Parts: sequence; C-alpha cells; structure tokens
Amino acid sequence: MLKLALRRIAGLVPTLLVIITLSFAIIRLAPGGPFEQEQALAPAVRANLERLYGLDQPLHVQYFNYLRALAHGDFGPSLRQRDFSVRELIAQGLPLSITLGLCALALAVLTGIPAGIAAALYRSPRTDLGIATLTALGIALPSFVTGPLLALVFGLHLKWLPVAGWQAGAPRYLVLPALTLALPVAAYLARLTRASLLEVLRAPFVRSARARGLGATRVLWHHALRPALLPVVSYLGPAAAFVITGSLVVEVVFGLPGTGRYLVQGAIDRDYPLVMGMVIVYGALTLLFNLLADLACGWLDPGSRHE
Amino acid sequence: MNEGVAVLGRGGPWADAARRLRHSRLAAVALGILAAITLLAVLAPAFSPWSYDSLDWQHLARPPGLTAAHWLGTDRLGRDLFVRTLHGVRLSLLISVLASALSLVIGVLWGAIAGFAGGRIDAWMMRFVDVLYSLPYLFVVIILTTLFQRGSLAVLLAGLSAVGWLTTARIVRSQTLALKRREFIEAARATGVAPMAIVLRHVLPNVLGPVAVYATLIVPQMILFESFLSFLGLGVQEPQASLGNLIYGGAQEMESAPWMLLAPAAFLVVLLLCLNVLGDALRDAFDPRERQPS
Repeated sequence: MLKLALRRIAGLVPTLLVIITLSFAIIRLAPGGPFEQEQALAPAVRANLERLYGLDQPLHVQYFNYLRALAHGDFGPSLRQRDFSVRELIAQGLPLSITLGLCALALAVLTGIPAGIAAALYRSPRTDLGIATLTALGIALPSFVTGPLLALVFGLHLKWLPVAGWQAGAPRYLVLPALTLALPVAAYLARLTRASLLEVLRAPFVRSARARGLGATRVLWHHALRPALLPVVSYLGPAAAFVITGSLVVEVVFGLPGTGRYLVQGAIDRDYPLVMGMVIVYGALTLLFNLLADLACGWLDPGSRHE
Repeated sequence: MNEGVAVLGRGGPWADAARRLRHSRLAAVALGILAAITLLAVLAPAFSPWSYDSLDWQHLARPPGLTAAHWLGTDRLGRDLFVRTLHGVRLSLLISVLASALSLVIGVLWGAIAGFAGGRIDAWMMRFVDVLYSLPYLFVVIILTTLFQRGSLAVLLAGLSAVGWLTTARIVRSQTLALKRREFIEAARATGVAPMAIVLRHVLPNVLGPVAVYATLIVPQMILFESFLSFLGLGVQEPQASLGNLIYGGAQEMESAPWMLLAPAAFLVVLLLCLNVLGDALRDAFDPRERQPS
C-alpha cells in the first residue's frame, strides 16, 4: 500500500510539469506585459526592469530558469506587488483558503452523507420528492447566488453572523463562506449516497445477510455501508477540486483575504510569476486530493488495489 | 448526421426515449418554463419602452411593483431591471448554447477519431485530454479570458469551449471503442471505405444518443460558467447585461436595494433548475437502467 502510494505520488510529477509548461506557454503567448499597462514607462526604465526580472532573455531560457528556481522552492518575485515574493504572498493567503476549503468539505461530508443514508433508509413518496427537490436546488444554485443570499438573510436581516470581512481568530467570519461553499457538494453527496446505498441494499449479499437473521442496523453498518460509500469516496476527489476552485469566488463574495484574488488580479496585471505560482499551487492541490480519493477507494475496495 | 438520426428514429432507441420523456410530468413543466423564459427574453425587450442601457432619471433605484413604471425596479443609474435581466438571460442563453455546440463538435470529432484510430494516436490524443482535465478548469478559463482581450465574446466562447469539449471527447471515445468491433464497421472497412468516411457515416450517427443527453447537461454548466466569469468581471462587460454581472451589481447594493440582487438571481436559478431537470429526465429516457432513483 505504501509502495503504491509512493509510486502514485511520483506519477504526479510529469503531470505537474505539463501543467507548468502549458500555463507558462499560455501566459506568455498572451499580448501585453507586466510593464505596459500604467502610463508608459521611459524605454530605458522598462528595459532595465525587464533585465532585472530576466524578461529580456529568450523565452526558452526564461522557462528553464523558472524551472530551476522552482526546483529550489522559489516562485520568483511578484512583478507588481513590489517587495513581495510570490511565495510570501501565497503563504499569507493560503492558510485561510485551505481552512475555508477544509471546513466546507467537512461540513458537506458531515451533512450530505448522513442525509443520503437517511433518505435511503426511510423511503416514502414524500421524503423522496423532498430530497430530490433539495438536492436539485443545491446543485443548481451557484455559490455567487447563494453567498449573497445567505449574507442577506443571516447577515443583514437576522444579524446572526457578519455579512463579510475577516478578523483573524474569529471563526464567525468563516461560517457563511463555508456554508456557501459546502452546499452544492453536500447536495451532490446526499444524492450519490442515497442512490448507491439503495442499490447495495438490493444486492443479493445484503438479502442473504438479512436471511441469516442479522438485524437491519448490523447489516447496514457491517455489510452495506462500505461498498455503498465507494462511489461517494471517489467523488470526494473532484469535490475537493470543486471546493478549491470554488473558494475563489466565495472569497471574492465575502471579502476574505485568501489567495483567490491573486489569480484574477495577477492575470489582469500580467504578473507572470504570481499567476504561475497560483496555477502550480492549486493544480498540485487538485492532483493531490484526487490521489487521496483514489487511495481511499483502494483501501475500501481491495479488488481495485492490484491493477 | 440528419440522415443518421432519421435511420435511428425508425428503430427503437429514439422513439422509446421520446415516449418515456413524454411520460415525465416534471420534464414537461421544466420545458414549459424554459420555453416561456426564452420567449420572454427574445420578445419582451422589443415591447418595452426602455432599452438595456437607457437611463430614466425620474426613477433611480426604484423598488419593483406592478403599477410602477418599471416592473422589476431600476438600478442606481435608472436602468430598467426587467429589460436588463431579460437581456442578460438572452445573452447568457446565446453564449452558453453556442459554447455548448462548439465544445460538442470538437469533443465528438476528437473522441471519434481517437477511438477509431486506436493505438498510439489514441493514446496521445487521450493523454492530452487527461492533462487538460487535471488543470483546474476555472483557472484555464479565467487565464484565457483575462489575458486575451477582456470582454470580447469570441474569447469568452473560446474559453468556455476549451473546457467543455473534454468530457464529450471521453464519452464519444468509449462509445466508439465499443462500436469499432461491431460487424457493420468491419464490413465497411472490408469493402474499402476510407477511415474518415467510416467515422463520419457510421460511427458518428451511432454515438449521437449519449451525446444528446450530455448536451442538455452541458448547457446549464455553460450558463453557470458564463455568469461566474461575468460575476468576476471577466466575461460580459457593462453596459451590456449578463446574469452574472447583474448579480454582481445587485450584491453590491443588497443592503439598500435587495431587488437588484433578487431579480437576476431568481431568473438564473429557475433557468438552471429547469435545464438540470430536463437533462436528468432526458438521461433517464435514454438509459432507464442508469436511472437514479429520485
């Protein structure tokens, strides 16, 4: 199992390298440059700036220089936020972004999966319709709609929670953002869990367990739940990716000082190292979460380990 | 392709699906609402005295009301929100349908060619798809639309299609792989039909079923992407209205004028909900075995 995990992690490196190369190419192919947007700089000043950041060298030289620095953990300086390196900027924002993402994911798992199990166990036309409506709504509502609506209701009208903003060490400010981010994932998890558990409960091995005289609770916990959760766990990888990218817009909606704003602002400013740093960090996180979900599946389902 | 649909229509799957679809009451309701919204979006701006960018200085930031001059109220500049919202619906629908069509064409061709060619070509083509898949897709769209001329509809379309075709390509490839071993393809090959002709004449018509289902699910996704980008200020730009930038504008004013947020948000949610319901019903109609008990 450990060997498999290590081999899979090593397998991520080429993919990450392709991501780096592709985004490097896209960013550099785009018209404009970091020093072209404000009022025009004197040509000599611009040439000096470009020489300082190595932007005057041929593109392939820049590319290999970038890779070499990256191998030492150096993302380069931010071209627009003077005196900050990209690593500093990301290190400032990332803890908040990751906290938000993990809270949302935990919230979604803790509500979505039990709701799905309950919906599968207590079936009636009314609960079926209820869960179908709720999950359809949860999946259809985008977070930039639910976010402002939640802020409107819980922040402005009921005044239970802050509308937006952030104070270090005050978890109240994370409640609405995490809820916004968790909603679609929870809805999808509930739907997935319900469908998959219903299918497993119809399987012959469950019927034979019941026939041997085991109670419904024991059959659920010891026999049905583990196979039923397989598709749910494999969805957690894409769900984590969704939460990671989704945190971008939620941070904008609620004015949280995470890393989300750097991608858009960096791209608008042509801050090459900042955009590259964001793509690499978020890309690596996405790959990592997909890998974790895969490994968890292997742990749940012994049959898939020996592929 | 039309010829293919006609041939299949006589046989089982399409007629079966149509019959099952007619029995779904929920889908009928969704279709009705969609048709009504589309009709409204196309016709209503023509009948209103206001246009999406005309300013009414007598009514700034007015709340909605049936007897008021503006049904859904006005924004801070006195622009009619009913007209602007419908204008946004029209633009969102247009962009997402075009982007869906574009990504379906690319995806179907890519998947069919990869699946039919097989071997090393297939491996490379699908590896390319896998790598693009592992990129955080929103990042790609954001970077594309920001770097190349912000606000241009062509760039927005290209960005949306760039991520939309990946899933289609995968679905079509796996369908093609299954089809390839069938006798009629072998017969075509044995009689010396060129590979590209086989793909176009025999493979494509037969993969259209699953693609049609996926197509109805990709449209709401595109609407979501488009309004997401416009919300971030990267898509449709003022004074043009899209559901995304209307919601962004409304969220800024929600303390004093909640209707500016609620009107476009309601349209977006109803639109997405109906499209999703319709897509689910269509999927069930085409493949009753995979029906999610719902």
